[in-house]
Amino acid sequence: MNEIGLNQILIVSTILFFIGVYGFLTRRNMITMLMAIELILNSVNINFVAFNKYLYADKLDGTFFTIFIITIAAAEAAVAIAIIIHLYRSLKSIDVDDADMMKF
Amino acid sequence: MTDLSILVFSPLLFTLAILFCRTATQIKWTALIGSLLQLVFASSLMYSYYVERAAGNTAQMLFEQRYSWYSALNIEYYIGVDGISVIMIMLTAIVVACGILISWKMETLTKEFFFLLMLLSVGAYGFFISLDLFTMFFFLELAVIPKFLLIAIWGSGKKEYSAMKLALMLMSGSALVLIGLLATYFNTDIGNGVHTFDLLKIAHQHIPLKMQLFIFPFLFVGFGVFTALFPFHTWVPDGHSSAPTAASMFLAGISMKLGGYGCLRVATYLMPEAAQHYSWIIVLLATIAIIYGAFATLMQKDLKYINAYSSVSHCGFILLGIGMLTKTALIGAVMQMVSHGLMTALFFGAIGMIYERTHTRQIKELGGLLKTIPFLSSVFIIAGLCSLGLPGFSGFVSEMVVFMGAWQRPDAFHRIATILAAASIVVTAVYILRAAGSAIMGPIKNEHFNHLKDATWNEKLASVLLIVAILSIGLAPFWLINLISPDTQLIMENIARGAIGN
Amino acid sequence: MPNYYIALIPLLPLATFVLLGLFGRKYLTASSGIIGTLSLFISTIISLITAYNYFFITGKVNGIFQPVLALKYTWLQFAPNVSIDLGIMLDPISMMMIVVVTFVSLMVHIFSLGYMKGEERFATYYAFLSLFTFSMLGLVLSSNIFQIYIFWELVGVSSFLLIGYYFEKPSAVAASKKAFIVTRFADLGFLIGILILAYNAETLDFSTLIQRLTDANSPYLINSTAASFFGISALTWGLVLVFLGGAGKSAMFPFHIWLPDAMEGPTPVSALIHAATMVVAGVFLVARLFPIFAFDVAALTVVTYVGAFSALLAAIIACTQTDIKRVLAYSTMSQIGYMMFSLGVSQHGGESGLGYMASMFHLFTHAFFKSLLFLGAGAVIHLVHSNEMKDMGGLRKLMPVTHITFLIACLAIAGIPPFAGFFSKEEILMAAFHSNKIVYFVALFTSGLTAFYMFRLYFAIFWSKESHANADHDEGTLSMKIPLIILAVFSVFAGFAPLSSLVTSDGAAIETHIDIVFSIAPVLLAAGGILLASKLYKSENSKPQSIATSLGGFYTAAHKKFYMDELYLFITNNIIFNMIGNAAAWIDKNIVDGFMNLLATVTAQISNLIKGFQSGKLQLYAVYFFVGVIGFMLLFVYLWN
Repeated sequence: MNEIGLNQILIVSTILFFIGVYGFLTRRNMITMLMAIELILNSVNINFVAFNKYLYADKLDGTFFTIFIITIAAAEAAVAIAIIIHLYRSLKSIDVDDADMMKF
Repeated sequence: MTDLSILVFSPLLFTLAILFCRTATQIKWTALIGSLLQLVFASSLMYSYYVERAAGNTAQMLFEQRYSWYSALNIEYYIGVDGISVIMIMLTAIVVACGILISWKMETLTKEFFFLLMLLSVGAYGFFISLDLFTMFFFLELAVIPKFLLIAIWGSGKKEYSAMKLALMLMSGSALVLIGLLATYFNTDIGNGVHTFDLLKIAHQHIPLKMQLFIFPFLFVGFGVFTALFPFHTWVPDGHSSAPTAASMFLAGISMKLGGYGCLRVATYLMPEAAQHYSWIIVLLATIAIIYGAFATLMQKDLKYINAYSSVSHCGFILLGIGMLTKTALIGAVMQMVSHGLMTALFFGAIGMIYERTHTRQIKELGGLLKTIPFLSSVFIIAGLCSLGLPGFSGFVSEMVVFMGAWQRPDAFHRIATILAAASIVVTAVYILRAAGSAIMGPIKNEHFNHLKDATWNEKLASVLLIVAILSIGLAPFWLINLISPDTQLIMENIARGAIGN
Repeated sequence: MPNYYIALIPLLPLATFVLLGLFGRKYLTASSGIIGTLSLFISTIISLITAYNYFFITGKVNGIFQPVLALKYTWLQFAPNVSIDLGIMLDPISMMMIVVVTFVSLMVHIFSLGYMKGEERFATYYAFLSLFTFSMLGLVLSSNIFQIYIFWELVGVSSFLLIGYYFEKPSAVAASKKAFIVTRFADLGFLIGILILAYNAETLDFSTLIQRLTDANSPYLINSTAASFFGISALTWGLVLVFLGGAGKSAMFPFHIWLPDAMEGPTPVSALIHAATMVVAGVFLVARLFPIFAFDVAALTVVTYVGAFSALLAAIIACTQTDIKRVLAYSTMSQIGYMMFSLGVSQHGGESGLGYMASMFHLFTHAFFKSLLFLGAGAVIHLVHSNEMKDMGGLRKLMPVTHITFLIACLAIAGIPPFAGFFSKEEILMAAFHSNKIVYFVALFTSGLTAFYMFRLYFAIFWSKESHANADHDEGTLSMKIPLIILAVFSVFAGFAPLSSLVTSDGAAIETHIDIVFSIAPVLLAAGGILLASKLYKSENSKPQSIATSLGGFYTAAHKKFYMDELYLFITNNIIFNMIGNAAAWIDKNIVDGFMNLLATVTAQISNLIKGFQSGKLQLYAVYFFVGVIGFMLLFVYLWN
């Protein structure tokens, strides 16, 4: 049985990334979009960990960055949900198409 | 006082303190105490500077401090002062303190107003003490952006237009400066291909002539926009006229000097050969600005526009002094910066105080104010007399030094430029007396003027402070000359070195 | 150094100015007149002592008066050898001038105690008078050509402040502006002249300047006569430009237009500034630089003809004016013209320096009788509240002191022996006769005209019709009469002052004598003028009117001051304001500003074009973003290598 190599992991993370992108671009519900963003971030996390493990096993920088991203993602989720709640209060909707005030 | 950083951090602290104030009174007093404290610091800096020089310290810059800010690009927080910066800091401290005193009645958005005003002053102080080009640029930007808000929110007339125009023109000026600074940076080498922003080190490098000729226009025009270099002066009349009184004082008194200081300290000092190469263009543009500004002033009907256009004309003397490239003319340019800063602050202050009472700035609607508000009218006349270069006031001294310096260039081109520039003092007399004659003297034109109240304590204090400063230069110019003469000498030596290098 | 006390002469009035200017309005309203007068009195005493010391004790070395530098303080250092020094130079003309200035100023101070009594801005008035006295004293004591320029500007501004004293009158404001601007324009010439001279001589100091530019072997002189511009040497340019400044202050043609209007100021001010002291500053300036002028014939010729022409022109205009102060103003201009051309026809040193001495002599005597005339006119105006001749007449009974003193002054200015004016005018005519016959005849004719218009004035005020002025007014207070009497005494006896041995071009005494034969012509002409005036104006009649009509256009032109004001007005309004000023303002608004606005408009247009991308749809933005990223990736992957 073959060892699971870097390539396989990268394939998984790429699939995860594009699922996230697809979700972000097609969904109209902001919460779902936020979840899609989390998927993108996590795919990046996987990449970091994988590169760290396979390429620079003697260093920890990759793992550090993962932890950074997790933290930032948590903060970002909090901010995003706060924005969404505010939008909901003013628009009575969390459909992203309704929030199109930011145009010319 | 030898710790220069306090000059930046003390006003910054007060700026932040304003944010925590609750009532308008607290805000005003915080701002005033902050600015007066700064005046004390500035004076003690000047005193320590004199002591140090008298003790025989001949280093180019005194009280240097150096902290690495971003070592990878060799950006440092590097500060120090010479005579020119000392006097500019003193000027800033006086003008800011007076501006705050005069804005005592500010009622709309008091907190934000004083916050922005103090923030501007932080930028100016930082700019004048920086010896690292990047730090200098940082503070220059800091001194631009709050102006936009000050004019757009508290201004009068077509304030949005003016604010936008001013901000855009000054920002494009600083964009040019940034290009110039970066180009300078990448042409320096302090060993092993390491670049530097250190002003003094760059001055001792020899930047290739070709590069100098390329960089100099960026730096000079960029800083020139600030100091109303023709034809980039159009922000001056609109911006000054729309701005609230304190902001006009700051704009004309200090902000325009940032440009003059930059032209001298950065452009001319670092690019001596290019400065010589382009000096005829500078002289030409400065002469145009002087004459043309003066004639354009003749036709203005609004007091603020009069002073704004006359600032274009007077700032032309700064550039003329720099463009002439003789030691005396450079001294004159620096003196004119100080003198014009004080005088124009006084003038805008007087106009603002009159406007606050009469609610008009149109010459033809004003009249007879000398009878009802003698103090303010006298301040106006004093500012006017200083502007038209009456001996005893600083304007005379600085203009004469520029003329004497300019006359040392014996060729016909420079001679004619000097004569034309000197001719502007007649035009100045015409527009100043025209304004004073119909707005201040003459019969009272409006019944409502009979009930005006003369200056309050704060306005009197501000006016007296500025007048004393103007007189101290006008009556005893030698202290100022002694202060700045060694530094202009160094700039001249660099220019002479450049000439030999050619 | 024991000479320090001399500095008090100008500094006392300065101190008074500061004191009264700061506190006078609030605290010293009543006492300001006394304070000003007392401090000036002390100043006068000191200057008399100084002048006495200089003239009779210390000044002479080997029989020649030497300039003494009493004080020197470097004020502004331009270059190692060029600096503005504030100093005090003692020499014959400066000594004569400080005596004249302090004395006349003291008289005016005393006179004003009565004349200006009850004015709201009484303290301000005395503050300005003190400022003027300070500046004028500083001017005459200057040791440095730039110092003289500084005080020159200061007397200009004090004159401006005093003319505009009644600032609520638009005509006073206009006059003060006019005076300042016209003299300022002339001062521009002065400034450039200074720059030229200073550049060529590499000094600003008077004695060094004179020494360097009068020594035929000095490299400075050779350089400055060699360098030429439009074929005229730098030296001549410098001197003519300096003279331009002097002409402005001294109201010489074509800068004379401000002087008549300056009469809008309070009359004692006119007596001090626009008759006795400030307006002779130009003469003083030429005298100060006379050794250099004497070296340059071209410049001196300009001085001569400008002076002679001004003297004649002013005398003609004076005959037609009806405002008594304006008549006096034109007569001042005419007399200063005398002083100018007298300098012009002079040479440096010895007997040929007669013109110089005569000019200074006339300056000296003129100060007394002209200030007397003005103060007398002031007393008259105080009584009748009008400047116009038609409102006066028959005042000799109402105001006997004024009448007698005025008559004395008129006789003095007309040049009737033995009054002061006779002697000085005689010397001037003599100097002109020996050097330039045209100028001599102009001067002779003018002296006849002078007698005519002065007595026209005298008869119109004191004789003519019967007085209908309010008789319960009296002549004015004692403080107004005393100066009149003192000045009258001087107007009689000043001619006997031994100026020929004191104030000469090279400091050595010269011999002067009154030649009876020579005196016949001017005295007869003067007497003729007086007779004619008495025929025409002693009693009310229609003869003046018919003569004026018969002269036709010439009379109208003279009455309208030869349309000089209109010409200037045309130039300033149409050319400077409308053509240059408007053009500059227009260019600024439309072209320079327009260009900036164009940039802004173009930017706005472009942004208008591309703003469709900004739909507000978040996901659309995300698509742009991803497409962009992928595009860049492809770019890098395929094009990088």
